[in-house]
Amino acid sequence: MNSKKNNVPHGLFKRCPKCDYSIYSKELQLSLWVCPKCDYHFRLPARRRIKMLIDEGTFKEYDSDISTSDPLGFKDIKTYPEKVSEYVKKSGLNEAAVSGTAKIGGYDVSLCVLDFYFMGGSMGSAVGEKVCRAGERALRKKIPFIAVSASGGARMQEGILSLMQMAKTSAVIAKLDKEKIPYFSVMCDPTTGGVSASFAMLGDVNIAESRALIAFAGPRVIKQTIKQDLPPDFQSAEFVRDHGMIDIVVDREDLRGELIRLLRLFSGKPANK
Amino acid sequence: MPDLKRAFPHFEEPIVKIQDKIDRLLDSDPGSPIVTKLQKERDKLVKKIFSSLTPWQKVQLARHPMRPYAMDYIESVFDDFVELRGDRNFADDRAIMGGPASLDGTTVMVIGTQKGRTAEESVERNFGMPHPEGYRKALRLMKIAEKFSFPVVTLIDTPGAYPGIGAEERGQAEAIAKNLRDMMEMKIPVIVTITGEGGSGGALGLGVGDKILMLENSVYFVCTPEACSAILWRDASKATVAAGTMRLTAADLLELDVIDDVVPEPPGGAHWNRQDMYDTYKKRLKHHLGALKRTSSENLFIKRYEKFRKMGVFENTKK
Repeated sequence: MNSKKNNVPHGLFKRCPKCDYSIYSKELQLSLWVCPKCDYHFRLPARRRIKMLIDEGTFKEYDSDISTSDPLGFKDIKTYPEKVSEYVKKSGLNEAAVSGTAKIGGYDVSLCVLDFYFMGGSMGSAVGEKVCRAGERALRKKIPFIAVSASGGARMQEGILSLMQMAKTSAVIAKLDKEKIPYFSVMCDPTTGGVSASFAMLGDVNIAESRALIAFAGPRVIKQTIKQDLPPDFQSAEFVRDHGMIDIVVDREDLRGELIRLLRLFSGKPANK
Repeated sequence: MPDLKRAFPHFEEPIVKIQDKIDRLLDSDPGSPIVTKLQKERDKLVKKIFSSLTPWQKVQLARHPMRPYAMDYIESVFDDFVELRGDRNFADDRAIMGGPASLDGTTVMVIGTQKGRTAEESVERNFGMPHPEGYRKALRLMKIAEKFSFPVVTLIDTPGAYPGIGAEERGQAEAIAKNLRDMMEMKIPVIVTITGEGGSGGALGLGVGDKILMLENSVYFVCTPEACSAILWRDASKATVAAGTMRLTAADLLELDVIDDVVPEPPGGAHWNRQDMYDTYKKRLKHHLGALKRTSSENLFIKRYEKFRKMGVFENTKK
């Protein structure tokens, strides 16, 4: 589950991976990293995503001290620690999730955002732990929990322990459920495998960004299995919504507004700014 | 005894050869002293081969075509099984079966993935790969169990949840996710057993419980060794290497604190002496159920939560 390495929008110009249009970085920034020509939503690194969602200057990061271990001593072509340290260097993050508290439209929330550019946003023990702690923080503070996912699924290099993160994160959602703490799940491109099949699909409200790939099994695996072509738009956010799994599909520019509306409705009171 | 004409893993070949001889002799000359000699030889060989199985060999054993499946355990360990079918929504998924049954007088809800043994049956059971409606049926049955205070017993042997168009359209991810959350909240004891292949999210969708058991030669993994090697090594032929590094055997998982108990299999694996396997399993199952009986439903939740909450290994630099 590797990310396309050079897709992080930086530099003076950026080429849209979908329509090949060259865009000024400044312009791209103003359009929230959405291609002005074809509406392609660039995948966002976690910190950029957070900045875009929250009230300026309100983010308080937690658990940045949690990082990857190598419980299996895993080695494929490279050792797992080697691979991780490459991503750490490239991303400036120490894992594929950034979490903390913030205000959105004046409402306090606990936030956990996955970063697809860090090993495909894959969930190993550290990511699972960060999701759980962010959920538990919402429980303690009695504030809504927002998880923003962008992930290929469970991280293979931690084997069965990664699989168990699905149960672990869903356990925290069960607690939020019991304590009636609102949980809004935002799914971005892509949200698949062990992340879609655990906490990401369990929102009281499930939201997805336009045209994001949302799936259990990715299209390549399905194509290989059934040896048929897939229907057009199969597993797009819109397709998944039309099949009943997602409540709201939004363009990126509307995501924050939609979240504020939900926060207001679920709290039943105006924000305390 | 296994049907010797069926496919079996290579490392079993010498054992099968001796067994063949024994069976032929028993047919023609049952009193022959050679039989006893051959039997001794066979037992020695079994011991030798099975004392040093590689992880990949365990994968092969877990997938052995003669391995007992859920239905075999249901018929041999429980009485009065009544199959309940359908998710009350879309369909009845034949890859998952379940219903109430009696375990020496105690009603339990047994739910398991079911592979097929013949080609026809395999197609009917979709090779043990459930669709969303299978997971939803399982949850429906668990809710019945909760309502009437029956403990739940799940038996898992699946390559994984089915990756297909219909499965995606009907929300495979949602169905599994919901089971993970709702099984966490079950107010009755849940005992999970991996009997063969614990294939990723498809297995975990029935795999959240108070006690997680694995049969000695079963395996449990985040993705199949084949998929792992194709993705990480970019070479599908590295599956044996992948299996070696993934830590997927019952012993590995016990060491990693993912499971609670390894149920020993008879020499040669569950398929060489089924009755022995059923007896051992029944004893272990009753032991765990008995121990959980005294736990209140609120405590079940607290303990189950803690159990899964602490899974995983990571660094925490500033404490």
